[in-house]
Amino acid sequence: MLLEVKNLKTEFKLKKGVVNAVDDISFSVDKGEILAIVGESGSGKSVTSLSIMGLIAEPGKVAGGEILFKGTDLTKLPVSELQKIRGDQISMIFQEPMTSLNPVYRVKDQIMESIMTHMKLSKEEALKRTVEMLDLVGIPSPEKRAGDYPHQMSGGMRQRVMIAMALACHPELLIADEPTTALDVTIQAQILELLYSLREKLGMAVLLITHDLGVVAEAADRVIVMYCGKIVEEADVKTLFTDPKHPYTVGLLESIPKMDDERERLYMIKGMVPNPLKMPKGCSFSDRCEKCMEKCKEHIPALIEVNGAKVRCFLYSDAEEGKV
Amino acid sequence: MLKYIIKRLLMLIPVLIGVSIIVFVIMRVFSPDPAPIVLGQHATQDKIDAWRVANGLNDPLYIQYLNFIKGIFTGDLGTSYYTKTPVLKEILSRFPATIELAIAAIILASVFGIIIGTISAVKKNTIFDSAGMVTALIGVSMPIFWLGIILIIIFSGTLHILPSGSRGDPLMQPMKVTGFFLLDGILTGNIQSIGDTLAHLILPASALGMYSMAIIARMTRSSMLETLGQDYIRTARAKGVSEGKVIRKHALRNGLIPIVTVIGLQLGSLLGGAVLTETVFSWPGIGSYTVDCILKSDFPVVQGVVMLVAITFVLINLVVDIIYAMVDPRIKYSKKEA
Repeated sequence: MLLEVKNLKTEFKLKKGVVNAVDDISFSVDKGEILAIVGESGSGKSVTSLSIMGLIAEPGKVAGGEILFKGTDLTKLPVSELQKIRGDQISMIFQEPMTSLNPVYRVKDQIMESIMTHMKLSKEEALKRTVEMLDLVGIPSPEKRAGDYPHQMSGGMRQRVMIAMALACHPELLIADEPTTALDVTIQAQILELLYSLREKLGMAVLLITHDLGVVAEAADRVIVMYCGKIVEEADVKTLFTDPKHPYTVGLLESIPKMDDERERLYMIKGMVPNPLKMPKGCSFSDRCEKCMEKCKEHIPALIEVNGAKVRCFLYSDAEEGKV
Repeated sequence: MLKYIIKRLLMLIPVLIGVSIIVFVIMRVFSPDPAPIVLGQHATQDKIDAWRVANGLNDPLYIQYLNFIKGIFTGDLGTSYYTKTPVLKEILSRFPATIELAIAAIILASVFGIIIGTISAVKKNTIFDSAGMVTALIGVSMPIFWLGIILIIIFSGTLHILPSGSRGDPLMQPMKVTGFFLLDGILTGNIQSIGDTLAHLILPASALGMYSMAIIARMTRSSMLETLGQDYIRTARAKGVSEGKVIRKHALRNGLIPIVTVIGLQLGSLLGGAVLTETVFSWPGIGSYTVDCILKSDFPVVQGVVMLVAITFVLINLVVDIIYAMVDPRIKYSKKEA
């Protein structure tokens, strides 16, 4: 197992109270696997990825659990050790390609910085590798474009540069936090295609964070659905799309427009994500769920295995969180 | 770039026309008649009239103004009413002292301001941040003359480690090359003189730079706080770059872009506004001299100094804009490159 997250808890201590952005989640990523984490804004998917990188900023912090990367617990490593892993064995690309590159440095300098931080290469070798990486991610005339500043590139180009930077040291795990959200659909498809082919070529695992189920269907092997900091369903991609179990997952899938759709209006999950400071006492989805029962409002269901998938819902089992 | 610089230099012309009109009119309207001041209280009316005619003060105002402008183009700014020396010579003998002091002050202010501001931003909401910002608050609130006097009392009066005023020991002054003592000392290799100049420079420069340092520290803090929250800082961290390098290389380089402007503006105001410091430290600069000339209605000197300060101010801003383009690749002044 490449990455094992066990009972991870990340909380933000605010003046008004403590927000459990990630609330006791466990999952694992195998070598070469693409695991998608889906959920709407505020479900804790980005916080999960930043927790793995050790990049949670104040006032947030990892409050419990383990993040085992090849057996080493990242939460217990000192920052200096973590820095050796970041960008080298685990690297990350972000949602915002327009702002994720430093505007005052040339693209090649930013990629070379990553290479020279982790590999003992001369400047010439690092530059050669940089150009190779830019070529790999499909930037035309990479020698020339390497000297560009970020503002001279389009959003799609910049995201390619980010990917080149993330892949420069051949990481074993790539965390892609909404890599295509800020891009238009054609570029989106190209970037996904690129990630997919690079996975094949380099054999790295990808943790794909997204709210876009279309992206999930296209790229992922396995899917985790998060809601309010908790995993509500986990399944392989085929099972999830053909046999969704949790009412939230069902709702998400229902709300995707389809080609042969004859509905006048798209399906919508009613209500809104609850205020993280005022969570429902029972299941966090209970106030929006169409199949909500009395029990759901009082007790939190446990994540249990049902037909090869995992789901957190009283419709499938009476098991309660903490009482299994 | 060259085209841009030329364009900016041409823009000096309207600025200088405006400044010349303003200073000319203000001096004629608000200053008392210089003749009785020059000739003394017992001068007869005949003598006063004769003096006014001799100095062209009885000509119509526009003639006086045109003479003043003509003087600027021919390099003749007139002579001081009191010392009878050419204004240009008076100014040139004092301006280097002021420039030297202002540059020393802005260097101190920038170095300490940026360091304090950066530490405050990086260690936000800690004791370091509070200490830095209290220092900055004291810096902006403290009157320069008072700070100057306190510095003299402590370092000169009590500890006897630094001189209390003047530019340097007359016996140790370097051979005159540029008029800047420090530069001359370096050029002539006169180590003793360099030490002496620095010793004389440090107290007035600290007093003068305190306010600017405080402003720069505050600006640096807010600029750095904004920069540290940017996505590319997170990217740098995600690359595994060490925290020190993230701050020095990625944050500071971006955070300093707005600071360049502040430093330029501060330097401009230090050049014209060192009056109090120069008085307290008996620094033979242009500030205290000009105030003296304003009080004595020495029109030619005041006009000359104001024009010179205006030119310097515009040039400093030009330099700032050029530096801007160097630190921020997104800024290009010529159309070709854009």
